[in-house]
Amino acid sequence: MPKSKSAYSVPTKKQKSDTYIFVVWVDNEAGVLARVVGLFSGRGYNIESLAVAEVDAVKNISRITIVTTGTPQVIDQIRLQLTKLVPVHKVAEFKREDKDVIFKEMALFKVVGKRNKIEKCLNACKKFNPVILDETKSSAVIQITALRREIDVMNKKLKPLGLISTSRTGAVAMTRGAKIFN
Amino acid sequence: MSKLLTGAEIVFKCLEDQKVEHIFGYPGGAVLPIYDELKNHPSIKHILVRHEQGAGHAAEGYARSSGKPGVVLVTSGPGATNVVTALTDAYMDSVPLVCISGQVPTHLIGTDAFQECDTTGITRPCTKHNWLVKDINDLSKVMHEAFRVATTGRPGPVLIDIPKDIQFAKAKYKKLNKEKKLNGKSHNKFSQDQIDGLVKLLSKAKKPIIYSGGGVINSGPKASQALREFVELTGFPITSTLQGLGAYPGDDNQFLGMLGMHGTYEANNAMHDCDLLINIGARFDDRITGKIDEFSPNSKKVHIDIDPSSINKIIKVDLAIVGDVTSVISKINKTIAKRKNGHSKSNKSNIAKWWEQIEKWREKDSLNFVNSDESIKPQHAVQRLYELTKNKDTYVTTEVGQHQMWAAQHYKFNKPNRWMTSGGLGTMGYGLPAAVGVQIAHPEKLVIDIAGEASVLMTMQEMSTAVQYNLPIKIFILNNQYMGMVRQWQELLHEKNYSESYSEALPDFMKMAEAYGCKGIKADSPAELDDKIQEMIDYDGPVIFDCHVDPNENCFPMIPSGKPHNQMILGPKDQEENKIKGKGKALV
Repeated sequence: MPKSKSAYSVPTKKQKSDTYIFVVWVDNEAGVLARVVGLFSGRGYNIESLAVAEVDAVKNISRITIVTTGTPQVIDQIRLQLTKLVPVHKVAEFKREDKDVIFKEMALFKVVGKRNKIEKCLNACKKFNPVILDETKSSAVIQITALRREIDVMNKKLKPLGLISTSRTGAVAMTRGAKIFN
Repeated sequence: MSKLLTGAEIVFKCLEDQKVEHIFGYPGGAVLPIYDELKNHPSIKHILVRHEQGAGHAAEGYARSSGKPGVVLVTSGPGATNVVTALTDAYMDSVPLVCISGQVPTHLIGTDAFQECDTTGITRPCTKHNWLVKDINDLSKVMHEAFRVATTGRPGPVLIDIPKDIQFAKAKYKKLNKEKKLNGKSHNKFSQDQIDGLVKLLSKAKKPIIYSGGGVINSGPKASQALREFVELTGFPITSTLQGLGAYPGDDNQFLGMLGMHGTYEANNAMHDCDLLINIGARFDDRITGKIDEFSPNSKKVHIDIDPSSINKIIKVDLAIVGDVTSVISKINKTIAKRKNGHSKSNKSNIAKWWEQIEKWREKDSLNFVNSDESIKPQHAVQRLYELTKNKDTYVTTEVGQHQMWAAQHYKFNKPNRWMTSGGLGTMGYGLPAAVGVQIAHPEKLVIDIAGEASVLMTMQEMSTAVQYNLPIKIFILNNQYMGMVRQWQELLHEKNYSESYSEALPDFMKMAEAYGCKGIKADSPAELDDKIQEMIDYDGPVIFDCHVDPNENCFPMIPSGKPHNQMILGPKDQEENKIKGKGKALV
């Protein structure tokens, strides 16, 4: 091991990282997203995707969904640090593999090309409830909802078929059955 | 219908309701309406500093020594950016500060106006929370909320940014509402089961140690009282972090001295070899733990902290109790007393062997140094200072570096809130303005800043503040002409390449004292030291004491970086011995 020449110790063995989804309920006020995102960047945590919108106009509550990776220790810290923020009401987190949670993302694909290529695209998207939002002779905007990695796959698959632009929302999450996050 | 008040009036109304007596600040364009209102509020005294960083550190000293939040008032732009260092310092060391900053008028925000900066953006990562008040109707609520956030849970700094037009605008004042929703941020919900779990561990332990920190100080004087009872009840040895000094009497036999990088041999070895480690209000800082993988490898670990995010952050613990130190320790003491049913001190026999081992470590006398008749050794200077001031209920602040560690090692604190130092951030220049704040809070007490000549030059301008308010602070400079800690690291780790750590052109501190209008005292030789220190103590007014010390002295003992607690470098005596025995290499 190299001798540490600084006032700090050298890093030690790393644990395994996993992908987790955080759901955070916050007061919908100026700067709240910056607080949450700043916490991640300031402490060196990852953000793979982020989705945020107001969900309760009366109570003024927004719901933020963040996909992140980290060791169990880091994931614990993320939850505890988020909970400390003043405008944060509630934090829930779960593993991506968690069967009790629905984990969806919406994507818009713009495909430019001949009719048959667009048809092929639609066909390829069949599993993901494709909706055509706009159509011209030479283009189409297709909406799908799917898992994150499915959208990753479709994104690759449609490239040779004339996909020129992708826009995606980032994942949002909801528990299955009657229970809610607590 | 109640009267409409201006924003500036509301600010002072809130400060009065919060029983604020002192604010530290510096005026400027964007806070002038608030400064204009100052004259109407005689119960609040404003201390004019010379630099906003000084205001922040003074407020920190005030808060740490009094237990009340420190209040800072600065203008927009440079006023706010200058206070950022102090806010960050307070955030790291959990000091409650409420900083009020002026801001350009609302309609100019975002236009790069004169002295505009994104104050809430800049201070977001270094405050517990901050607010930009854009509606006058929110002002009183925000002000009260700010005090609540700063002083509850784990304390810390907050900032309220008030645009100039809001300071002029009028609204009704809303009184402090006692029953506020806590938004789930209260953390004092430990259970009797947890306490019982701890008490069980206590009774089983053969090699226990208590490691207490700044949380005990922050919890108030009752926490120190409870801690002393706890230590007495159990008979366990106790060590303390830098910030926790004073919570337990420094001259008591059960106290092993400070632990960590420059902690004592007995404290660090006890941490390494113990079978039960009880952390009370400390956070396993990297200066404490050394190498994480080899930190206290064979112990059950208990962590008592009010901040849930401190638990398992660095060190995995076996039992975590989230709560206020005072209530947790009092509960533990009660439980122990109940269990013992009269025959107390039962498990003290269990740990007799452990104490024998600790006494052996103690014999190393790890704080030793080779004293000299010719030059003043810095450790000797601190020891003399301690001996000559220990009967006076002295308050000590420090800057950052070797002198800070020597002060922590050789000055023994017997009461909480007497020791103010920048631990987490390690801010050179903290001590002098902090001393100003301490003296404001305790006008009759002796306040000493144990300083280094490099650190003190960073905020030297605040001597002018001390002179203006006739604050008799004593700046005791251990002058070795080096940035001593930097020099030490360069000597030990960078082949004595003393890159930029020597100050070629130091000012004459005697003349500097004269220029500021205070007293200058200089000491060159050990023979004159005591008399000179006594002269400093006896002088009724601010003093700059230029104590010329041996420039080549190193701060020992020391855990080199990346090493565990049981591999310390010891002081000169031990190094000599080990050279002879040929086993010293293992320690270096």
